[in-house]
Amino acid sequence: MKIGLIDYDAGNLTSVVAALRHLGADYQVVTDPKAFPSLDKIIVPGVGEARSAMEHLDRTGLGQAIIEFASRGKPFLGICLGSQIILDYSEERQTPGLGIVPGRCKSFLTEYRRQNLPDKEFKIPHIGWNQVRVIPGDGIGTRLFDGIPDGRSFYFDHGYYNVPAESQWVIGQTDHGITFPAAFGKDNLAAVQFHPEKSGIYGLRLFDNFLKRIS
Amino acid sequence: MLEKRVVVCLDVRDGKTTKGVKFQGNVDIGDPVAMAKKYYEEGTDELVFYDITASSEGRGIMIQVVEQVASQIFIPFSVGGGISSVQDMRRVILAGAEKVSVNSQGVKNPAIIEEGASLFGSQCIVLGMDVLADKDFPSGYRVVINGGRVPTQLDALEWALRAEALGAGEIVLNSIDTDGMKNGYELTITRRISEAVRIPVVASGGAGRPEHLAEVLTKGRADAALIASMVHFGDYTVPGIKAYLAGQGVPVRTDWGSGVR
Repeated sequence: MKIGLIDYDAGNLTSVVAALRHLGADYQVVTDPKAFPSLDKIIVPGVGEARSAMEHLDRTGLGQAIIEFASRGKPFLGICLGSQIILDYSEERQTPGLGIVPGRCKSFLTEYRRQNLPDKEFKIPHIGWNQVRVIPGDGIGTRLFDGIPDGRSFYFDHGYYNVPAESQWVIGQTDHGITFPAAFGKDNLAAVQFHPEKSGIYGLRLFDNFLKRIS
Repeated sequence: MLEKRVVVCLDVRDGKTTKGVKFQGNVDIGDPVAMAKKYYEEGTDELVFYDITASSEGRGIMIQVVEQVASQIFIPFSVGGGISSVQDMRRVILAGAEKVSVNSQGVKNPAIIEEGASLFGSQCIVLGMDVLADKDFPSGYRVVINGGRVPTQLDALEWALRAEALGAGEIVLNSIDTDGMKNGYELTITRRISEAVRIPVVASGGAGRPEHLAEVLTKGRADAALIASMVHFGDYTVPGIKAYLAGQGVPVRTDWGSGVR
């Protein structure tokens, strides 16, 4: 089983590579859409800013290849920026996304101001360890969080958060001033806002679940 | 709820962890990779490596240390010391560090913060700042550089705000007065800066007992507390400190899956 780790020039892949090697996964770093036919599952990581990431995905054809891969129902895991760009739109520099899942990626700061939350009470970016409440169900969330007790902490580092169009797609929730979807999923697609590659043993377990339980 | 982080700091010289008091009289205390692995397994939330090597050969060794750490531990870590260009930043980030920290070089050349943030994202750029109490400055503290030896004309609070505006994603605030003294963190300036900026503040300098961490994470309003000799010499352990903090009502990560395969 071949895992494609998509390199679209959004942050470095060292940590995700280290986690996949630790788990003994058969992976390859993918920079070219031509590699997609040989892949069984893809992981789209990413740290950075939505607009330049989308420009890179458009220019290289990787964006279209990801859309086609996911639309065939093949397993997909998006991490952080890689979870945000699969929605329709990001408020970060008003950037259209890949539109694989209907929904929007929103700014914490804008939402805090709209709700008149106390200034600076909740720091932005949301950096650090925060608990994820797993939403029970029979979908991908249960398989992705298999063996991970409810409410365990994962490492976050982001200023924008995902809001998929249907609340039934939310598979994990986290509180930081507001309650936001820390993870969402649909069929064989999973998207996590946190960084499993930086979330210790439970993060490794989540990767392992993606490798073994989602197909 | 966002948890408070316990951050362990390792000073590395020529590939060995060292520890000194007030930047003087460093002694080697172990292999940084093995120490990092142990702290990771014990539930440390984050690690900081400061390269205090003087030579260029030593810098090469540091990159190897970063690569080895990145392949074995799965929590975030930052690297600082000797970062004087965006090329230096790129080198440690590509070696696997999440974050890179600038201190004296940020004072001498503030543009490095801005360039680093635009190239790698603010989440990658940490401002390390050393401060000394000085009542002639508006916040009561002045910024010092070069390991605390050289005073600057910068006010601590003003510099923190400026670095945030330049794109720093986090501040590690170290008090030279309290560093190595084990009598507790400098609460006053930690609180002032933490309340003034929107980015997280990591308190550093002075931890000697678990109560000190509880203090700076509550009264000091810090988002994280940095420790070193408290745990390096075996006086305390990270799980012990976290159990104490949790008992005091400080939100910390207490289950890191030690029983999970």
